[in-house]
Amino acid sequence: MGELKLMKGNEAVAEAMIREGVDGYFGYPITPQSEVIEYLTTEEPHKRTGMVVLQAESELAAINMLYGAAGTGKKVATSSSSPGISLKQEGISYIAGSELPCVIINVVRGGPGLGTIQPSQADYFQATKGGGHGDYHLYVLAPSSVQEMADFVEDAFEMAFKYRTPVMILSDGVIGQMMEKVELKPQKKRLTDAEVIKKYGSWATVGRVGGRERNIITSLDLDSHKMEAHNIHLQSKYEQMKKEDVRYEELQTEDAEYIIVAYGSSARISQKVIQLARKDGIKLGVLRPITLFPFPEKPIQELAKRVKGFLAVEMSAGQMVEDVKLAVNGKVKVEHYGRNGGIVPTPGEVYEALKQKIIGG
Amino acid sequence: MTEEIIIAGFGGQGVLSMGKILAYSGIMQDQEVSWMPSYGPEMRGGTANVTVILSDERISSPILTEFDTAIILNQQSMDKFEKGVKKGGLLLYDPNGIIHHPTRTDIDIYTINGAELAAEMGNPKIFNMIVLGAFLKIKPIVKLDNVIKGLKKSLPERYHNLIPLNQSAIEKGMQMVKAK
Repeated sequence: MGELKLMKGNEAVAEAMIREGVDGYFGYPITPQSEVIEYLTTEEPHKRTGMVVLQAESELAAINMLYGAAGTGKKVATSSSSPGISLKQEGISYIAGSELPCVIINVVRGGPGLGTIQPSQADYFQATKGGGHGDYHLYVLAPSSVQEMADFVEDAFEMAFKYRTPVMILSDGVIGQMMEKVELKPQKKRLTDAEVIKKYGSWATVGRVGGRERNIITSLDLDSHKMEAHNIHLQSKYEQMKKEDVRYEELQTEDAEYIIVAYGSSARISQKVIQLARKDGIKLGVLRPITLFPFPEKPIQELAKRVKGFLAVEMSAGQMVEDVKLAVNGKVKVEHYGRNGGIVPTPGEVYEALKQKIIGG
Repeated sequence: MTEEIIIAGFGGQGVLSMGKILAYSGIMQDQEVSWMPSYGPEMRGGTANVTVILSDERISSPILTEFDTAIILNQQSMDKFEKGVKKGGLLLYDPNGIIHHPTRTDIDIYTINGAELAAEMGNPKIFNMIVLGAFLKIKPIVKLDNVIKGLKKSLPERYHNLIPLNQSAIEKGMQMVKAK
């Protein structure tokens, strides 16, 4: 058993970055994720591991620092909340185009615009369908507990380097602000420069090693045939993610007649709905996507063969529900229930929606 | 065992830290815990509340509308949360500043004169520990030594000299709680 602590999601993700042996964090404060940079600056990880923590002058500066640092093969991350993540989209598109590994944490708040500081899940489209311009995806992990805020840091970097791609941890104000018991992993050593050159010297800008051609990091190629080939290559990575790295959790689906599909804090609320429904003899289960891209289509397709209906529960006007509908492909009923603008649905109202829209409807 | 608790009052009364100490005490006895504050542009003098859950099982929703226990420390919170106590549940409140006392007959109601006792003990800051003591007398869901361990974990070391004072405040609350 590792070290047990009571921490906020935002603090857990920050501590996990230090323990993961991250080399650099570049950020700019915004509610409800300011505790990430607050924790990192208070903790002074340059004394613990040599990790650089830098408060940039803006989100644009932070994402471009991340772009540059990721190009050197170092382990780097940034975090923000919705409006700040929107500002970072240009840089994220460049990083995806340049095929660089890094981790971006979004603790989502209500929008659009400056919106509100309360929790939301209305950045699903932005996170999973691109966000910036061009044909690209992020690998997107959705934690639903403080423990997962910590654990997904390691998983995110593993995927970022496996695919040389930006990875997003898509959290929300509930998971960021709540405290839970968290078991922390032991400290990992940061890679030395020599180790970085050995592992990533084939693509990273680490100096010309052994007289090889220089590594060039760019998202620009004016030769459209080359750019098309590059796009096809990017798409092949997304196909590989769909084959190899889909993650999800099924809760009480074995005998379920109805399924709620929900991620993040909505998945927690939906677990309570299972208890309410089963007390009334309604066989309800929850499918919780852990990766939002790649989306767990197959398990939903399988469930669609034997259940009577799906309710997508998300704190948005209905975004993930589109992916659920694509997976179910018209076999059974799929409806959406959500609240907007920072309102978190209660288990009772989700249960009512299930009865009205799916069971009675 | 699962205990779902709302603690609600004014910012500055120690509502959030009372919840944190309770949550840490749960960890000390190997329970699952969650602590979900109302957060927002609130500040001292505004309302503050926190939902704390202690359970032997994995905790589902950290956000609730019904509670086993409501610990109420001002009138606004009484108006908001009296109706949220589950049938047979507990409502514990400090009557100081309460104009409209609870009227439900299907729940257990207790009072603790926390503000008054804290003033008598010469330190208004231990108010929340008196209230916590009162709660633990009625529902001993965590052991006192686990609370002390929890206090040690949640207080920075430079404040550990205040632990005996906090312990005596908890004990005072345990002695002075009254059924209504």
